Amino acid sequence: MSIRERLSGNEAAAIAMKQINPDVVAAFPITPSTEIPQYFSTFVSNGSVDTEFVAVESEHSAMSACIGAEAAGSRAMTATSANGLSLMWEMIYIASSLRLPIVMSLVNRAVSGPLNIHNDHSDAMGVRDSGWIMLFSENNQEAYDNLLMAHRIAEHKDVLLPLMVCQDGFITSHSIENIELVEDEKVKEFIGTYKPEHYLLNRKEPMAVGPLDVQTYLFEHKYQQANAMRNAKKVIEEVSRDFEKMTGRKYSFFEEYKLSDAEVAIVCMNSTAGTAKFVVDSLREKGVKAGLLKVRMFRPFPAEEIANALSHLKAVAVLDKADSLNAAGGALFEDVTSSMYVNKEQVPVVNYVYGIGGRDTTSYEIEGVYNDLMEIAKTGEVGNPYRYFGVRREK
Amino acid sequence: MAYNVKEVVANKPSRFMAGHRMCAGCGAPPVARMFLRALHEDDHAVICGATGCMEVSTFMYPYTSWTDSFIHTAFECAGATLSGAEAAYRSLKKQGKLSDDEHTKFIAFGGDGGTYDIGLQSLSGAMERGHDMVYVCYDNGAYMNTGIQRSSATPHFADTTTSPAGTKVPGKMQVRKDLTEVMASHHIPYVAQTIATANFKDLYEKAEKAIYTKGPAFVNVLAPCPRGWGYPTDELMQINKLAVDTCYWPLYEVENGKYKITYKPAKKLPIEEFLKPQRRFKHMFKPGNEWMIEEFQKELDERWEALLKLEEITNKE
Repeated sequence: MSIRERLSGNEAAAIAMKQINPDVVAAFPITPSTEIPQYFSTFVSNGSVDTEFVAVESEHSAMSACIGAEAAGSRAMTATSANGLSLMWEMIYIASSLRLPIVMSLVNRAVSGPLNIHNDHSDAMGVRDSGWIMLFSENNQEAYDNLLMAHRIAEHKDVLLPLMVCQDGFITSHSIENIELVEDEKVKEFIGTYKPEHYLLNRKEPMAVGPLDVQTYLFEHKYQQANAMRNAKKVIEEVSRDFEKMTGRKYSFFEEYKLSDAEVAIVCMNSTAGTAKFVVDSLREKGVKAGLLKVRMFRPFPAEEIANALSHLKAVAVLDKADSLNAAGGALFEDVTSSMYVNKEQVPVVNYVYGIGGRDTTSYEIEGVYNDLMEIAKTGEVGNPYRYFGVRREK
Repeated sequence: MAYNVKEVVANKPSRFMAGHRMCAGCGAPPVARMFLRALHEDDHAVICGATGCMEVSTFMYPYTSWTDSFIHTAFECAGATLSGAEAAYRSLKKQGKLSDDEHTKFIAFGGDGGTYDIGLQSLSGAMERGHDMVYVCYDNGAYMNTGIQRSSATPHFADTTTSPAGTKVPGKMQVRKDLTEVMASHHIPYVAQTIATANFKDLYEKAEKAIYTKGPAFVNVLAPCPRGWGYPTDELMQINKLAVDTCYWPLYEVENGKYKITYKPAKKLPIEEFLKPQRRFKHMFKPGNEWMIEEFQKELDERWEALLKLEEITNKE
């Protein structure tokens, strides 16, 4: 029997880590993810996990220590947000290039500056090309479930890539919701023991990790990384299927909400999907054929699948909770539109940058986006594709 | 058993192999080789290199000079990287995932750039957290890997590519940071300063102590650089000897807070003896620059006197 609980997103992540029982956790506090290592230290102090907790002096050292620990042959985990991830940035690339299946909880927050501790996705977007698998979570349940699936995906021999599970800072990390937990024993069985093929502590086979890798080799090593990311798609599908067998909770690359018969749809990630679902329901009552596509697997990006899922629509809006400051459009928008172009799906698509620095996102604003989409569907005119909502500006 | 260099070299296999790309006359390779000889033969080691000359020259894909396990991640985080590996070892041991009778030692090597400067925070954190590891700094007194730029370990007045001895500014205008003292202030079990002398006794004994002292240890080793310092490659050992005989680089250790100077020259040589053979100090010998040598000598004397006092104070009953 699964366990019914009421937990915040951070508590859910910490409980997942407790059940995973990693060998090493190295972390440095930063709002809004601080509670994760904080709760976890309590588990360490009370002996409910076997983990060595390394209370490092910075996030750069947190990722460095995770790399050292994972390369040594152990399971290593961490949690961070925003500037913490920025400080780790150098090591984020090194972790993936060394093919170390480290798992991170990323509680999304705006990257400075100016300083802001609230939610947007600018931290995650900064590492979107770093070779980490990135799973996004609408609520505490998904943050928990994604973490339980993380090691099976990351440690798969065809993958061997680090993985981060994202959730929205404060909006889900600090909101208490109902959640269904899996029993400890089932989690243990589902994840299995970590048996790396090569590791530093294996005295029978000393190994060297992290060479100077010059023109004659780096390209091939990067190509192998790219292949691992391609392989990850199949593995994520398999693990999600096994997870569904265990819990009954179904996970795909993305969630289609009332999409199959929709005429207009929004594409977004994390907690905004919850608000959008509410708006879709109310619009459906009025006879508007609104739908939603919520991206769960952002890296690897399910390009062909998303293009297919959106192909029947009359207009699409992609919501980006981070501005790319490139005078062209947000990251998710560019990924979605190029996926559609390459797959020869010609649907009018617009981009909305929203919710920056924790700016509240209301159902009225989402409804406004659907209204815009219906206008585009009617006229076929996109106008300016790079739009905003919720920002004060000169008319 | 008394130290015997022939015994050590003959009986203890080198764990740092030939074929690496370090320069002729570089002070660092003998340090790494002798340091690792202090490992007990049955013990496995995980070695971590900070980015720098030693790392890029000894582990260029697909070749490695290290017979033990080796990891390099980046420039500023050898301390943190190795602390993660050591934490993994403790965790796996505690859980019975590694057998009780196998022992692994953790040793980091970083240059003065990766240790005194960009990696100081990571080193400080690792030492403060009490990981059972040794951090060895091979101090060649500048960022040699990128082409002789000043570091906080560069001595006063030295000519480097970012503190060039010009017509208005005569070299580096700041004094050298005393990292060994900074590390002693961490109150860790073992801190030492050493050098490769002709029979390697001082280096070997301190290496063994550092490796087999439980808890964190830091060893600072002066490792001359023929390119950066400007001495003929065959004069490495003479330069090392002059560094200790002038008390430019005192040999000492701090064991649980007690200072012990392990070499006191019978006759302390004037600093000119150390400065003269090196191109980086050439401008100090131009007429009119005598004040620079005087100032250098004064600073050095003050540091030596302070060290003698520390030894006296910390050994009082």
